[in-house]
Amino acid sequence: MKIDVNGVPQDVEAATVEDALQMLGWGEQRVATALNGTFVPAAARDRTALSPGDRLEVLAAMQGG
Amino acid sequence: MRDFYGVRLAAPMMLGTARYPSPAVMEAAFRESGASVATVSLRRERESGQAFWDIVRALGIHVLPNTAGCHTAREAITTACMAREYFETDWIKLEVIGHADTLQPDPFGLVEAAEALCADGFKVFPYTTDDQVLAKRLVDAGCRVLMPWGAPIGSGQGLNNPHGLRTLRAAFPDIALVVDAGLGLPSHAAEVMQMGYDAVLLNTAVAEARDPVAMARAFALAAEAGAMASAAGPMPVRDMGRPSTPVIGRAWL
Repeated sequence: MKIDVNGVPQDVEAATVEDALQMLGWGEQRVATALNGTFVPAAARDRTALSPGDRLEVLAAMQGG
Repeated sequence: MRDFYGVRLAAPMMLGTARYPSPAVMEAAFRESGASVATVSLRRERESGQAFWDIVRALGIHVLPNTAGCHTAREAITTACMAREYFETDWIKLEVIGHADTLQPDPFGLVEAAEALCADGFKVFPYTTDDQVLAKRLVDAGCRVLMPWGAPIGSGQGLNNPHGLRTLRAAFPDIALVVDAGLGLPSHAAEVMQMGYDAVLLNTAVAEARDPVAMARAFALAAEAGAMASAAGPMPVRDMGRPSTPVIGRAWL
């Protein structure tokens, strides 16, 4: 299905946020996730289902002031 | 010295991690300044997040994630939740920006987000203006730290409204106050601390100096000097001159 990952359209074969992270190569990395503007805690990723058109944000540490 | 949600800072300086010429210069600037707190952010992962986080964690100081770039309470709340999980801290530097050019906080969104985050157990460090009514609303929401701006973020102008900042200090004797944003010179940091503030937060003034490491040290010394002066009790300002040398015993010549 087609979803947006960090603002880029992607075709993913993934039922959950956890599946999508694994598929995109972020499975073992330290990241924080949000789906359609709502925070998805790490513990909830494998029970958070994806639907076509969803917006997934995958964030990590960055320099900041 | 007031504490920050139960934490006493070894040095009254919080330093940002952005805009340095290199990670090595950033690390040296932190070590040279002795800053007690490092601010960080969350952005879309580009394979460099872990390496940066490893450097910051190795500094061994407190980490204060921000919600920079958020323009609504909802964005800021979601970002704060993501930061709490990622950085494993309930401290959050709450920014809700209201104007793209001045980067002035949106007072309405700021209070809305502060209420929600305080209720959710966050220890909120709100980036705010010097407005006293807004400050009261943030304290009522549960904030025990306030971070009024000195001038627009990254402008280096110093303190545009010293009167407003002094008024806040007098109005909130039990709240830790930090001037966040707008500082350009060490003298600005000294001025803040002389007013009885509890810390300064800066980034660009150090990171974009020709020699960031030396400038970091200069700010640290200035902040320490200002804090020492505040504790020492500055003399009152007078309208007229008054001789410092005794008049009594002056010769008739």
